[in-house]
Amino acid sequence: MSCWDIIADYGLRSIGIGERLLPRSDFTLCHQFTLIGSGLIWNIYFGVIALIAGFFLATAVAMGKASRNVVIRKASEWFIFVFRGSPLFIQFFFAYFLFLALKSQSDIFGAFTAAWLGALVVLFLNTAAYSGEIFYGAYLSIPKGDIEAADAYGMTGWTRFRRITWPTMLRLAWPAYTNEAIFLFHATTLVFFSGFPAIQQKGDALYYANYFADKTFNPFIPYPILAGYFIVLVLIVISFFGFINKRLNRHLPQDSRGKLRFKLNLIR
Amino acid sequence: MFEHCAAPDTLNSFHWMLCYLTTGKHMGLYISFGTVLLLLAITAPSALLFGFGGAVAARSRFFPLSILGRGYISIVRGVPDIAFFLFFVIALDQGLEWLRHKWKCPEWTDAIWQGNDFVVCQAAKLPLGTSPQWMHEVYGFALAVLTFAIVFGAFAANVLYGAMTAVPKAQIETASAYGMSNRQTFWRIIVPQMWVYALPGLGNLWMVLIKATPLLFLLGIEDIVYWARELGGTKTSRFTDYPHGDWRMWYFLMLLVFYLGFTKLSELVLDRVMTRLTFGQATAGGEAQRRANA
Repeated sequence: MSCWDIIADYGLRSIGIGERLLPRSDFTLCHQFTLIGSGLIWNIYFGVIALIAGFFLATAVAMGKASRNVVIRKASEWFIFVFRGSPLFIQFFFAYFLFLALKSQSDIFGAFTAAWLGALVVLFLNTAAYSGEIFYGAYLSIPKGDIEAADAYGMTGWTRFRRITWPTMLRLAWPAYTNEAIFLFHATTLVFFSGFPAIQQKGDALYYANYFADKTFNPFIPYPILAGYFIVLVLIVISFFGFINKRLNRHLPQDSRGKLRFKLNLIR
Repeated sequence: MFEHCAAPDTLNSFHWMLCYLTTGKHMGLYISFGTVLLLLAITAPSALLFGFGGAVAARSRFFPLSILGRGYISIVRGVPDIAFFLFFVIALDQGLEWLRHKWKCPEWTDAIWQGNDFVVCQAAKLPLGTSPQWMHEVYGFALAVLTFAIVFGAFAANVLYGAMTAVPKAQIETASAYGMSNRQTFWRIIVPQMWVYALPGLGNLWMVLIKATPLLFLLGIEDIVYWARELGGTKTSRFTDYPHGDWRMWYFLMLLVFYLGFTKLSELVLDRVMTRLTFGQATAGGEAQRRANA
């Protein structure tokens, strides 16, 4: 069986296309590369969608936290506190069992007990809270002069927000937000280890890496493969965000442009 | 636990709940909170130690050592931590058994990796097949602690490395003007002053470490997540005196609240420590304190 056959059989296995059974013996390197790579589809799916959707909620939450209305401010603060103050792992578990309980009340929640929607919702809210805090911090450090200049031009409300506040906030937040994005992609590996079942063994990259490590009792091959895939993924994320960073800073004099510094931190 | 708990189905709901929450299994849950705290208590200092070692290695002028330190920091930080947790536990276990195997059974000729199996001689097993159950549990816990220390050591190394370079240049120049050697400068000038620069990062790391503790569950430890799943699941009256439906949601809600409280408490303590450490420092924070007091 050549490697091409294996790729044809297992390349899209993680989304249910191809061979039904996972390989059980005679694991080749090709098997491991193909299946783990196939699982990466899920990581990208979770990461990209949660990131895009979370971006908008994060902006709203940051504005809410800066709001003068007590109700909105308190609500935003609590939202951020709950999602940043507790482990994502526990959030996944709680959400899964919550959706299970709701499912027994109403069928609408059936889809939420599956990872593709339920885990996505958790990741979306989680990243919105973390990015919301980043955006809020950036909002506070918008230079006073910028706002005064906007006032001097007679800009108010939505116009001021769209032309001045928001772009400046993003510009200042961007390096930290890049880290958050990397973070989020790392966090997607938790999904199938936290309650959400991998139906018909359709799992993410770590799920398959763990599968191989369990079957071969040799962790020294699947995990480095996974690490390699993730390093590539992170490099792609970094270059994409770096491109946007350049665009956000294009009006600034060359030497004062913020260079993106990457601090890859941490779990949550 | 209480006398009247002997016949739970006759009790009113308040006493029923009281009895339910004090069953032997729930004691297991409460003890596992202790496990989490113990893990934190051991891991935090050992990760700091690893971090210090990593930072010193990365700063070293001896090239291979510096590469080793930098490699340690960047590899661990670039890959999902959970992958490291899953990896290190098996890798450390196999590594230790392999070393003991080489040492205890030199006459062994068979391959250690036979197809899909990892086989070492009986004498090299860790812990020995004959040792009691608690030895196995302690060994598992020790592996978990070591894994946490390695992973968080890399994060701590990054923070400390940054803090060491953040100590003002003038301080180091003054030290060399006094004729201190590199070693003396390091121990007498850099190390005492770096903490104020390291604290925000280390505090952040502590928060992350707290939030990483539920991953113990993945390392096969009977921790709070294990017990919450175990106790929360549906129980019929056939197997227990306290039948109930699926309560896992409530158990995890409780864990959520526990972690929220814990992080809030840490935040308060860290703020205090930061105020104490900034006192008298030549930083914006120190200056603000001086003005407020003046």
